[in-house]
Amino acid sequence: MVIRMRDPFSTLLGLQRAMDNVMGSDWFGSRTSGAGAFPLINVFNDGDDFVVVAELPGVKKEDLDIKVRGDTVRIQGKKTIAYEEDASVHRRERAAGEFDRTVTLPDQIDAAMVGAEYRDGVLTLRLPRAESAKPRTVTIN
Amino acid sequence: MVSQEVAPREKRELDHAQERTEAGRFFSPYSDIHETDRAVIVSMEVPGVDKSALDIQLDKGVLTVKGRVDAAKYQSLRPIYSEYNVGSFVRTFSVSPKIDVSGISATVTDGVLRIELPKAKEALARKIAVN
Repeated sequence: MVIRMRDPFSTLLGLQRAMDNVMGSDWFGSRTSGAGAFPLINVFNDGDDFVVVAELPGVKKEDLDIKVRGDTVRIQGKKTIAYEEDASVHRRERAAGEFDRTVTLPDQIDAAMVGAEYRDGVLTLRLPRAESAKPRTVTIN
Repeated sequence: MVSQEVAPREKRELDHAQERTEAGRFFSPYSDIHETDRAVIVSMEVPGVDKSALDIQLDKGVLTVKGRVDAAKYQSLRPIYSEYNVGSFVRTFSVSPKIDVSGISATVTDGVLRIELPKAKEALARKIAVN
């Protein structure tokens, strides 16, 4: 049998890429579930609240959909880039498309008390810990 | 039409050759440049930059855009997990002399800065009739 390779370099590069993808995936890492998905997030602690911040430049507020359940937050939406009809493009670095990311937080969230703010392309979610997840001081009799 | 997923990308931090004397981190914003009959339009992603924190200058044919990010809101927060860094944005473009400098305008919506550089009258495309 004769195996004919059309382009040995592209085959090699493809293999290399596949290897890189495996190594670069978060499968073995200690990162949050869903890491490596758009949007990138930062998570902060502010007292009893979690604060999740994501940069979403070019996403309209009405195209954002945020859901909270238990200890997970789901950020869904789409980013569109529209040009005038007769436009010719010189440089295209920005990426458009849909996104859907679920983040698991270390504690249960009080879904009713979640606050969301979207300003200048930055989404800030304030997620208070559920009452049941807050530590309680035990008095010793 | 949007059907594909947005791939996550790391922000581009300025390298040493472009290093600045100011303190803090600087990032090069992802930008699109497109052209219509009337103007050249630059769209830059500058999330977290308020309108008042934008500084756009045109000097000797070089357009410099600077956007400061107010890090004050992060001061009281304790980071527990981080995927991206926050810093100011800076990028320069050289502008063709065929741009009508006095007519440049800029708007910012949802963290995207749009700079419109109208073409000078003599640079507008003309249809030439054949006699």
